[in-house]
Amino acid sequence: MVIPMMIGITLISFFIIHLAPGSPTGGMTDLNPNISAESILKLRKLYHLDEPVYIQYLLWLKKVVALDFGHSFSQDARPVLDKILERLPITLLINVLSLALIFVLAIPIGVFSATRQYSFFDRAASIFVFFGFSMPTFWFALLLMILFGVWLNWLPISGVVSMNHASLSPIGKFWDYATHLLLPVSMSALTSLAGMSRFTRQSMLEVIRQDYVTCARAKGLPEWVVMYKHAMKNATLPIITLMALSIPGLIGGSVIFETIYSIPGLGRLFYEAVMQRDYPLIMGELVIGAFLTLFANLLADVLYAAADPRIHYE
Amino acid sequence: MNNNKTPRTFWSMFTERFLSDRLAVAGAIIVFTLFFVAAFSPLLVRHDPNFIDSKSILAPPSAEHWLGADDLGRDVFSRMVYGSRISLSVGFVAVGIATVIGLVLGALAGYFGGWVDEVIMRFVDIMLTIPTFFLILAVIAFLSPSIYNIMIVIGVTSWMSVARLTRAEFLTLKERDFVTAARAIGVSHTGVIFRHILPNAMAPVLVSATLGVAGAILTESALSFLGIGVQPPTPSWGNILTQGKDYIEIAWWLSVFPGLAILITVMGYNLLGEGLRDALDPRLYR
Repeated sequence: MVIPMMIGITLISFFIIHLAPGSPTGGMTDLNPNISAESILKLRKLYHLDEPVYIQYLLWLKKVVALDFGHSFSQDARPVLDKILERLPITLLINVLSLALIFVLAIPIGVFSATRQYSFFDRAASIFVFFGFSMPTFWFALLLMILFGVWLNWLPISGVVSMNHASLSPIGKFWDYATHLLLPVSMSALTSLAGMSRFTRQSMLEVIRQDYVTCARAKGLPEWVVMYKHAMKNATLPIITLMALSIPGLIGGSVIFETIYSIPGLGRLFYEAVMQRDYPLIMGELVIGAFLTLFANLLADVLYAAADPRIHYE
Repeated sequence: MNNNKTPRTFWSMFTERFLSDRLAVAGAIIVFTLFFVAAFSPLLVRHDPNFIDSKSILAPPSAEHWLGADDLGRDVFSRMVYGSRISLSVGFVAVGIATVIGLVLGALAGYFGGWVDEVIMRFVDIMLTIPTFFLILAVIAFLSPSIYNIMIVIGVTSWMSVARLTRAEFLTLKERDFVTAARAIGVSHTGVIFRHILPNAMAPVLVSATLGVAGAILTESALSFLGIGVQPPTPSWGNILTQGKDYIEIAWWLSVFPGLAILITVMGYNLLGEGLRDALDPRLYR
């Protein structure tokens, strides 16, 4: 299943190279006056634009399999893969922390809301969920940056580390990272956090009406055992799958948050590549981003099977 | 309870349910107000949205400039009123494109099943794997950032949930007797799909389209915020925000109002969508 998916991803990505009207390079010269004749030649060579389409694809695929995306069009002309790999860790860190934050907050919020349906907590949580869904997060991120970074001066406003990072003690270094990453991580988690809390609530409400929960109560188990042991297990299992589904959104969102908070990660690299029309870099990131999601989905399937004894893979 | 009355129609029950949901009505009011603002923009503003007035550069909110003026002295209220046209047209056209693609592919997959279903649903899986925002940005980089390209790109990258919904509806509906009856009297496959099954599958699609408008407006404003969306001087809420963010410490009104407008609009569509979902759900009428 993975191999056909990968081929599908490369096909769609390849199709994008040919999106511009007419020939890819012809269209670009018309529409983008800022692309130089030199870049067009490079592009022609890199994507073998003089060959028939299917040969172009196969030649490009051969390189992609070896993770060779060519060289960047920017001044440094470094291999695309190198540029991506050096930016990857910080973006992965932020996304993993966001996922952890979602997991740690969404499940309790959802479960509490469901077990105390229509209580004050439940209503407050619904309002939070509603704002989380509708919030233009880039705007909220900007306002919080000004509030905490400039007016209150509690948090640094950009980057991942302070100027004096190297001279700090280990605890100081950790604190330095934490204060820099607090806003980016919580902002990139916000939308999914809202969605996931709501889903947990819904799923919990369904589960506590099932017969086995009534049965557990009937045999005299304390309410908290019934809720947090019996019901919660079944209600939160689908969260694993849902978390995996939110990963493309997180990776895409990194473009926005890394740009706002000046974090040198994959998202900012992608933004710069788009602004400079650095096509090899754009294609490389697109494919790598999709492969990352695919990998995360696989991981989620494995985790699901491990968490749910009813599922066995042959 | 209503024994003495004539049987109630679906629409009267729908209207009653919808009107009793205060949040849904609030959503509908927000949405209709925006239609009004977008339709009658020229009548609502006192200043040309693109008129550069050197006397009122960065003027704070006042009786003259209700929401202040920007770094070129243009009236923010007027720009935001005209910006609503961008948000609405991008939202509707993008969702229109997504809905048509999703309906057709979902209908084909659900109705015919077999390899057609297999191919279409694998395509859906692949599209869901590629980070949508990356995909949109890549396409815009190869084309150019114009409002039409943005509508199309958002549309062709957001049809997957509609396709899944439509497929699920078709899977159950195609087994029903009225479909067998239609086939038996010789209605063609296209006739059955579009005349008989599709109208019955529209309710969840309508809900998903309403929520989709909210998503498309968010995406457009994020793109414009990054400078890859609607290009100045055409005002859009996202690009007013971008121009304003450099002055955020001295002119908060440039950053606060456009963001609020996006928030309220998106909230309006979400409330309306959820209200429609509850009011249209036939399981709740039992």
